Amino acid sequence: MKFTKEHEWLRVEGDLIVVGITEHAAEALGDVVFVELPEAGTQVAAGDEVSVIESVKAASDILAPVEGEIVAVNEALSDNPGLVNEDPLGAAWFFRLKVDDLTVVDQFMDEDEYKDFIG
Amino acid sequence: MTDLLRLPLHEFHQELGGKMVPFAGYEMPVQYPAGVMAEHLHVRAAAGLFDVSHMGQVVLRPKGSMEELGLALERLMPVDVLGLAEGRQRYGLFTSETGGILDDLMFANRGSDYLLVVNAARKAHDFAHLGAHLGDVAEIDIQTGRALLALQGPQAGAALAVLVPDVTAMRFMDVASVDTVFGQVWISRSGYTGEDGFEISVPVGGAQDLARALLVLEGVAPIGLGARDSLRLEAGLCLYGHDIDETTSPVEADLTWAIQKARRAGGARAGGFPGEARILAELADGPSRKRVGLRPEGRAPMREGVALFATDGTPLGAITSGGFGPSVQAPIAMGYVANAFATDGTALEAELRGKKLPVVVAATPFHPTRYKR
Repeated sequence: MKFTKEHEWLRVEGDLIVVGITEHAAEALGDVVFVELPEAGTQVAAGDEVSVIESVKAASDILAPVEGEIVAVNEALSDNPGLVNEDPLGAAWFFRLKVDDLTVVDQFMDEDEYKDFIG
Repeated sequence: MTDLLRLPLHEFHQELGGKMVPFAGYEMPVQYPAGVMAEHLHVRAAAGLFDVSHMGQVVLRPKGSMEELGLALERLMPVDVLGLAEGRQRYGLFTSETGGILDDLMFANRGSDYLLVVNAARKAHDFAHLGAHLGDVAEIDIQTGRALLALQGPQAGAALAVLVPDVTAMRFMDVASVDTVFGQVWISRSGYTGEDGFEISVPVGGAQDLARALLVLEGVAPIGLGARDSLRLEAGLCLYGHDIDETTSPVEADLTWAIQKARRAGGARAGGFPGEARILAELADGPSRKRVGLRPEGRAPMREGVALFATDGTPLGAITSGGFGPSVQAPIAMGYVANAFATDGTALEAELRGKKLPVVVAATPFHPTRYKR
């Protein structure tokens, strides 16, 4: 698993990259009450705002960490946004990206580097 | 950047695990480890302790008679001050010459003086305003040596009665001064959550002991500013600087209940307050826009600044407060719309992230209030 400075995680599964938010981010957001997901089939560039996550406190954007095509989104988050707090690294994945080259994930932090990053 | 002020109970909040954030010039606990949602629901189910010591407390002692001071206060507010009985508190509004709201506040008649509690972000302004207008008729005693705690929720009465038995006899908006081991406390049966509860002014020296004594009582948990905001929003209560400000009149803000008969046209002391022309005209003819409750039909919360439209696309106004209501279990909001669209049930649209989404004008409070009248 790799981590971005925007507190997202990336995991390679087969030929796809799965993206979610970190435990640290979920805790900082507080109780998540709404998730707006992108549409499957959307082409995204790195840094595009592709999803919105709302807690009782505030709204935050989820960015596409790399360029690619969103091929699947986690509809379970629409019905149960609280999953983001319950299982941010597992059941609460946001979307799956199809990319040209899976080695793009190598640019991101590993777990130890991310732990140092969040202090 | 100016340094943030610290509450008298700053270390205590840290000890409780409070997450401190800047608010109105203070470092305030926005939440404790339980989180905003759990804290909100706890207040509705049991009792919550809030530290609202950032608010301004000021005692006005008459240099002449209480009546003279009451009349002077009536020259600053479109509110019946003289009619407020001793031992009672009332909601008030300082208005501007153009009929906007300079601040909203609570004022209490304590027999030989008036106690005012004003918003933190406006207290410097309010104290200067009082000094400029009431300096001749009152000694203005700003209570820098007092903390302010709020105990709110259906179990607040039983909890506080363990420490201060006298509170059992108090009704909504009663005030009392009681000598306790924490010092002389000034209690009002009121709050900002829609629940029964109390605000307790306590000398700083006794504040931490009082907070600790309250937190060991059954049902009492510490509650942060985050839940304070969602609780007041569900109760349909205005937040100064958001839902009301110098541009909104009390009539536009749907606060006409705060303008008693005595101050309206034909009343015993009609007019004679700042902004009289606009406020009395709006009372007679209706305002051009009005604050309303709003229920987004989807699940997406709509927050301050979201633009509101008629279904034909005509711009109507904007949301001034909004979020998710933990007790309502749905997004809720307040905002201003043109008066013709202010009727409950009117279908509107709100523009969220470039998309027009359906919103319905709805009655407030969003959650039933439970004041002990």
